[in-house]
Amino acid sequence: MQIMIFGQIDLILLLASLMVASTPILLAALGELVVEKAGVLNLGVEGMMITGAVVGFAVGVNTQSPAVGFLAAALAGALLSLLFGLITQYLKSNQVATGLALTLFGLGLSSLLGKPYEGVKAATLGKMHLPFLSDIPVLGPILFRHDPMVYLSILAVVAVWAFLTYTRPGLILRAVGENHEAAHALGYKVVRVRLLAILFGGAMAGLGGAYVSLVRVPQWTEGMTAGAGWIALAIVVFASWRPLRVLIGAYLFGGVSVLQLNLQAAGVAIPVEYLSSSPYLVTILVLVIISLRGQHGAPGSLGRIFHASS
Amino acid sequence: MNLLKSLAGATALALGLAGAAAAQDPVKAGFIYVGPVGDGGWTYEHNQGRLAVEEHFGDAVETIFQESVPEGADAERAITQMVLAGADIIFTTSFGYMDPTVAVAEKFPEVKFEHATGYKTAPNLGVYSARFYEGRAVQGTIAGRMTKSNIIGYIASFPIPEVIRGINSAYIHAKKVNPDVQFKIVWAYTWFDPAKEADAAKALIEQGADVILQHTDSTAPQAAAAEAGNVFTFGQASDMSEYAPSPRISSIIDNWGPYYIARVQAVIDGTWESDNTWDGIGPGMVKIGEISDAVPAEVKAEAEALRDKIAAGEYHPFTGPLNKQDGSVWLAEGETADDGTLAGLDFYVEGIEGEIPN
Repeated sequence: MQIMIFGQIDLILLLASLMVASTPILLAALGELVVEKAGVLNLGVEGMMITGAVVGFAVGVNTQSPAVGFLAAALAGALLSLLFGLITQYLKSNQVATGLALTLFGLGLSSLLGKPYEGVKAATLGKMHLPFLSDIPVLGPILFRHDPMVYLSILAVVAVWAFLTYTRPGLILRAVGENHEAAHALGYKVVRVRLLAILFGGAMAGLGGAYVSLVRVPQWTEGMTAGAGWIALAIVVFASWRPLRVLIGAYLFGGVSVLQLNLQAAGVAIPVEYLSSSPYLVTILVLVIISLRGQHGAPGSLGRIFHASS
Repeated sequence: MNLLKSLAGATALALGLAGAAAAQDPVKAGFIYVGPVGDGGWTYEHNQGRLAVEEHFGDAVETIFQESVPEGADAERAITQMVLAGADIIFTTSFGYMDPTVAVAEKFPEVKFEHATGYKTAPNLGVYSARFYEGRAVQGTIAGRMTKSNIIGYIASFPIPEVIRGINSAYIHAKKVNPDVQFKIVWAYTWFDPAKEADAAKALIEQGADVILQHTDSTAPQAAAAEAGNVFTFGQASDMSEYAPSPRISSIIDNWGPYYIARVQAVIDGTWESDNTWDGIGPGMVKIGEISDAVPAEVKAEAEALRDKIAAGEYHPFTGPLNKQDGSVWLAEGETADDGTLAGLDFYVEGIEGEIPN
């Protein structure tokens, strides 16, 4: 069975491209996880991603340095999220509406900024072969011959997990997200913590977007994130706000997306309708099963407006 | 606002600038797009057609458009909104707008509708499309000659007759010049999703395809092919010349401008009637983009000869003997496919592997 299905598919290449396909959603979802852990629901992920995609690409082209492009994308994503932060945290606007507006704004802004960059080619990020590790047979080409952003995204998962679980600021951030009144009563600066989380979320979404335009495709096309931001949002929920599960979710989604295209190309006798819906089904199913046991509630103050006076 | 308008009108009159065109309301032409105007492919070319209308008529016609309208229920809302915005004629430019367009057309009999690539008409709803399969015949010829691995990858979008015609036509003509050729077909189930299109191209390349044909709208597969190297592609819907001379070695260009101008003119003249237009290379609705220097001269000449024969009406890309995938006879020797069969084409020709999704 195994041989039949994978007869024409190079498994090593497949697993390697799985990691590339998953990285944009992973970055964006990880950022949104921190935002939601702080009690803020930012539905503007798609808008911040696409802005990151265009800014990262534009700067990457002009400086001939993808690294600088990524930096600029993170900055652009953070700046856009700052707008969301100021409006929701200081002007106390509705987070859902503001987030949706941010997405629309990001899509419009990016198509305006991107006009001169249509059909332009950028230098893409080189592969970084990790010494020794990349020479391991099979595992080497799959895991250790990627561009730096892939490694960075995995490191970020570990960092976010450790930060939220073991550090004092991480605990404060979670406290703010669980019960902002209590956190406020204890003397924590709710709004400041949330703004920082929002900025982090924006930067990560920006990086995710830039990964699409600088590595995965690589080129600028209007609207090119095509809904990846919404997938990232869904993965945060289905991963029940856990960093490691976000990693699983993003890799499952990206992986099955790539796998089903490969199965189609190999002419496997599974109806295409099932194959093309499989990334959504498999990801949701697996994450729901993982989450069946243990705690999986949303942060207590998620999406609620905080008034210091009340 | 009204005051401002009348003031402006009065000023124009006083200056003697108000010709007949300015005195009456300009005709409003609306366009519904499935992707962004900057997709570099399908929607880009429809928008070029809209701009041609603007340039041709000047102030006599006003155009409006909405981008990235999802196919299905949401389209009905978008089209209705365009009617309420005062559009006199509305072009809905994707297959999936067919039923929404029919529904809105029924509600507003005074407004003219034109649906691209569909087949349902009404007294105030016409359909138009281009014979892209003629261009696919030329592509198939080049692809069959250019492949070294004898594997040609095809990124399909949705299993609708237009896409199936393209696959069949490309296959028939690739096979004609290269009997060993094999098609690998991937259904992306999207018209526009650059990341997915690039992934599809990569999957095909990893499985040995060295020529990629696409029926999706963005230039992402071209970028993926450029990165892989030694892979050839064709511009889809638009020239995509930014990827020439390689990987893009030729293209099918949709040329909607003249049709849009003619139909808007008909509205202005009051002579508009529901039509069913299906033009190909001959009338200029389908153009073959320049075949680049990456293609050997004799292959280029062969492809251009085929193009010219199709344009002159001397050759039909679906000419028998042709069998269906199951081996049964479709067209006998010398017989050509009629438009009715082509419009509803739902089977592969003999030799293509795999099944068409429902």
